[in-house]
Amino acid sequence: MALDSKIPKGPLADKWTKHKSNINLVSPANKRLIDVIVVGTGLAGASASATLAELGYNVKTFCFQDSPRRAHSIAAQGGINAAKNYQGDGDSTHRLFYDTIKGGDYRSREANVHRLAEVSTNIIDQCVAQGVPFARDYGGLLDNRSFGGVLVSRTFYAKGQTGQQLLLGAYSAMNRQIGRGKIKMYNRHEMMDLVVVEGKARGIIARNLVNGKLERHSAHAVVIASGGYGNVFFLSTNAMGSNVSAAWKIHKKGAYFANPCFTQIHPTCIPVSGEHQSKLTLMSESLRNDGRIWVPKNLEDVKAIREGKLKPTEIAEENRDYYLERRYPAFGNLVPRDVASRAAKERCDEGYGVNKTGEAVYLDFAASIQRYGKEQAHVKGLDENDAALVKKLGQEVIRAKYGNLFQMYEKIVDQNPYETPMMIYPAVHYTMGGVWVDYNLMTSIPGCYAIGEANFSDHGANRLGASALMQGLADGYFVLPYTIGDYLADDIRTGKIDTNLPEFETAEAAVKAQLDAFVSNNGTHTVDYYHKKLGKIMWVKCGMSRNTKGLNEAISEIKALREDFYKNVKVPGTTSEFNPELAKAARVADFLELGELFAKDALERNESCGGHFREESQTPEGEALRDDKNFTFVSAWEYKGEPAKAQLHKEQLNYEEIEVKTRSYK
Amino acid sequence: MTLIASSIGKKLAMALSGLFLVVFLTQHFVINMTSVFSESLFNEISHFMGNNALVQMILQPILIFGVLFHFTMGFVLELQNSKSRSIKYKSYKGSANAPWVSRNMIVSGIVILLFLGLHFYDFWFPEMNYKYVEVMPLNPDRYFEEMIHKFESPVRVGIYVFSFLFLALHLYHGFASSFQSMGLNNKYSKAIKSITAAFAIVVPVGFAVIALFHHLTAF
Amino acid sequence: MMNLTLKVWRQANADAKGKMETYQMKEVSPDMSFLEMMDVLNEQLIEKGIDPVAFDHDCREGICGMCSMFINGEAHGPDRLVTTCQLHMRKFKDGDTITIEPFRAKAFPVIKDLTVDRSSFDRIQQAGGFVSVNTSGNTQDANAIPIDKHDADKAFDAAACIGCGACVATCKNASAMLFVSAKVSQYALLPQGKVEATDRVLNMVHQMDMEGFGNCTNTGACEVECPKGISLENIARMNREYLYASLKG
Repeated sequence: MALDSKIPKGPLADKWTKHKSNINLVSPANKRLIDVIVVGTGLAGASASATLAELGYNVKTFCFQDSPRRAHSIAAQGGINAAKNYQGDGDSTHRLFYDTIKGGDYRSREANVHRLAEVSTNIIDQCVAQGVPFARDYGGLLDNRSFGGVLVSRTFYAKGQTGQQLLLGAYSAMNRQIGRGKIKMYNRHEMMDLVVVEGKARGIIARNLVNGKLERHSAHAVVIASGGYGNVFFLSTNAMGSNVSAAWKIHKKGAYFANPCFTQIHPTCIPVSGEHQSKLTLMSESLRNDGRIWVPKNLEDVKAIREGKLKPTEIAEENRDYYLERRYPAFGNLVPRDVASRAAKERCDEGYGVNKTGEAVYLDFAASIQRYGKEQAHVKGLDENDAALVKKLGQEVIRAKYGNLFQMYEKIVDQNPYETPMMIYPAVHYTMGGVWVDYNLMTSIPGCYAIGEANFSDHGANRLGASALMQGLADGYFVLPYTIGDYLADDIRTGKIDTNLPEFETAEAAVKAQLDAFVSNNGTHTVDYYHKKLGKIMWVKCGMSRNTKGLNEAISEIKALREDFYKNVKVPGTTSEFNPELAKAARVADFLELGELFAKDALERNESCGGHFREESQTPEGEALRDDKNFTFVSAWEYKGEPAKAQLHKEQLNYEEIEVKTRSYK
Repeated sequence: MTLIASSIGKKLAMALSGLFLVVFLTQHFVINMTSVFSESLFNEISHFMGNNALVQMILQPILIFGVLFHFTMGFVLELQNSKSRSIKYKSYKGSANAPWVSRNMIVSGIVILLFLGLHFYDFWFPEMNYKYVEVMPLNPDRYFEEMIHKFESPVRVGIYVFSFLFLALHLYHGFASSFQSMGLNNKYSKAIKSITAAFAIVVPVGFAVIALFHHLTAF
Repeated sequence: MMNLTLKVWRQANADAKGKMETYQMKEVSPDMSFLEMMDVLNEQLIEKGIDPVAFDHDCREGICGMCSMFINGEAHGPDRLVTTCQLHMRKFKDGDTITIEPFRAKAFPVIKDLTVDRSSFDRIQQAGGFVSVNTSGNTQDANAIPIDKHDADKAFDAAACIGCGACVATCKNASAMLFVSAKVSQYALLPQGKVEATDRVLNMVHQMDMEGFGNCTNTGACEVECPKGISLENIARMNREYLYASLKG
């Protein structure tokens, strides 16, 4: 099947408006006859469910958590971008569009990104109307802050809990529709497979996680909003339950999977503390405004620190290597996420890591504390040479800015970051890749849509801070509800889809067979054993820096691990009870396939762009080197029986509005 | 009527009846206090309270209703609350997050109820008997004597003092808490807490002092 | 490294009769989070052929509200302003015995072991925890109504509730007043929410009562154990709103 992105013709700025007025609609009376399934209740899924129900469709929404409010969008800290230009600093739809394309290292679709920038302002209006308590200034108007990679203040926020507040807003909109009976909510239900009837997505097989029963649910369209697949690395900032299964199941039924190797590795996370580690915690990007990143210059100092004989504060200024400031004098500690992450890895690989595991660098606030302290002393007319006083005043400023983050760090690491530098290390955070969708957000299976982080999205090869929330809500509130009508207009006479169709039967039988096989396997190793092994392969060979040899090894190692998994995995309990281990096994089985495709995609893309760094493609100074001539395309993989046989389709990216340039932060 | 059926309505009813009882308690306290300073004043007020038609026919029934209502509602709420957690915790560290008094209003309440029984037996029943059953002649000077007589027994005085301790505990939480139930929690709450706490200590201690005073000076 | 004795509530399903089981944990690192310690326990149980302990958890960074253990007699354990996932083993000593129970309330029936059903919270929100505004794309501009920063901040503080249910689990009466009042307060403080304030508070409180939660007796335990520090002021505000709404009819 050829890839058709269905981008409307005409000037970029008019595409969305024109498209909206040209596509087919479903009349209000007919919407009542149409069922839509939504899988996932993060920002994208919750907002889509609510809006579709408001329009009149019968919506069935599924989430594996005990309540839709717990989806992992809730954990987003920083904020949400919108081209409101409330600050009058020259922001505009075009500027947001441009920043997003550039930040994505010229690997995203112009038309989609422009639409995203257009609807961004509607999102803020909608959320405020719902009662989302955004931060405000003393005049009672909305406050903004600035985020990495841009020159304007366009980020709206609610302290460090923006994702939570936005999700609760979307959840409240859903609740209203659940109360009206327009959404039927299925908590603690996991989508096990997609049912395709005559080439169209017509329903899903879901498993009630409480009693283990398999259920058939039919609909005229299925929307996948199940988030990203960062957990393929085992350790990530994703939630424990975040998984690729829904996206992977539709991939296996015919949806193309795009750019699986595009992963965002966030530079400031709390390092791994030991073998028991189950997940990683992010420390907001904003910390890099005031923290200086360094490692010792001398390996003897590193050794002494690891042995506990030396404290970081005892290392003299001249013996410290502020490597970001050294390598990128123009941007310093504020280089984009991908660059900062790679630089930390480079130092640690050379043996300069400062914790027991050798995988941590310092994020030091001492200089800022001094600077702020002196400033405060000056303002207050106190003695600027009183070291203790200056430190105290400086710490107060830092506390006011980052108090909650410092407290969180102290709870987890048990060290006081006001006194000693924080230790940080990059961690997997977000996946730009995902299910391939056209301009209407429809996957390559008719009637099956993918929204939010689950699709390959608008972020190209690297996502800017505060853009994930924007995309999730844009898709769910303002894009999908329009575009889905274009498809559903043909279904007004179809009537209810019968769940006794043979396609449902076959799909259910296959799911049952897989689950039965797990519990009767009588293996030796737990599910986590395999998940951790997979994570290790992914992190070492498909992580921040990738090369041909490593990727080839990864492909064969993952394949072997997957075979071992099916032979030797041990899943306790039965299929007909609340069995979290069984649910986990099914998810890890899918990660074990996705991981291989991930490596295959990374191998295929022999260029460095955004979060994807190929060692073979770098400048003499070790900077990422894009290859626009050969790789200005989206890789869309078609499933052919197993990941190794996946077939690549290329969607060429055409830049009409934007001139493609090299990113430089020197 | 939905108001009183709701959990918040019941709480409001508890708060209002409680506050009403606080007002009564204040009045009772002031009258008792006069007994320490002036036998004649005490007799005069007691006689007025015991024979004024408004007090006897209107206020007294309202008071009795208030007491019964507060207790009944207290038991109803307690019963409902214990049903809201049918399987109890094996380990429950209530002291980690709330003071004993606030968690045991039912205990202090029951002690006060038992005390009320004794108190009625001591004063109210004989009084009713005197006035309405045997219909004895009016005697405006008998009250002080009768009261002193009651406090001769050290056991009774002991029980009274013990009960006042529980009254203090009950008031300590209940008085301040009634404001929260009525929806009042703002910048004045700190002041309210201090005032109600002072009341919860002063009044029961005062009652105890009066009892002890008469016990010790009776000889 | 620490050695610990765990006493854990085991209950096969909603209808089964549960009981406490004792497990020995060896070499627990003080840097582990409580849930990582539970992960290790489960790995060991699976290897021994014993059914692992079922417990709810997801984000493991203190924001999703899914984890819900009652540890040594306190919701989310002995530390303050943290959820179970952010409680670390350094809060315990070598040789300690730790009792782990599910959040208990009639309105939170046990599903299995330490996992409980908190959908009663969802139903309360469905009764009125929202502003009735459709997604049209032409809602009025976000800055059309300025909001007093003081009120906006208070609304945010109320909205910080993660819906974990620690307030219910902690309350001696299993009352859900802190949770419900946080939601009622958030909307009552914002002009967008004021329009429907009367119906909202009446409907949400009605649903709360139907679910079988206990009554608030103002002990204040919920505020102390709340991982997000939601204030009792919200309960007073809800009482106020409710009385006003009832009188208004």
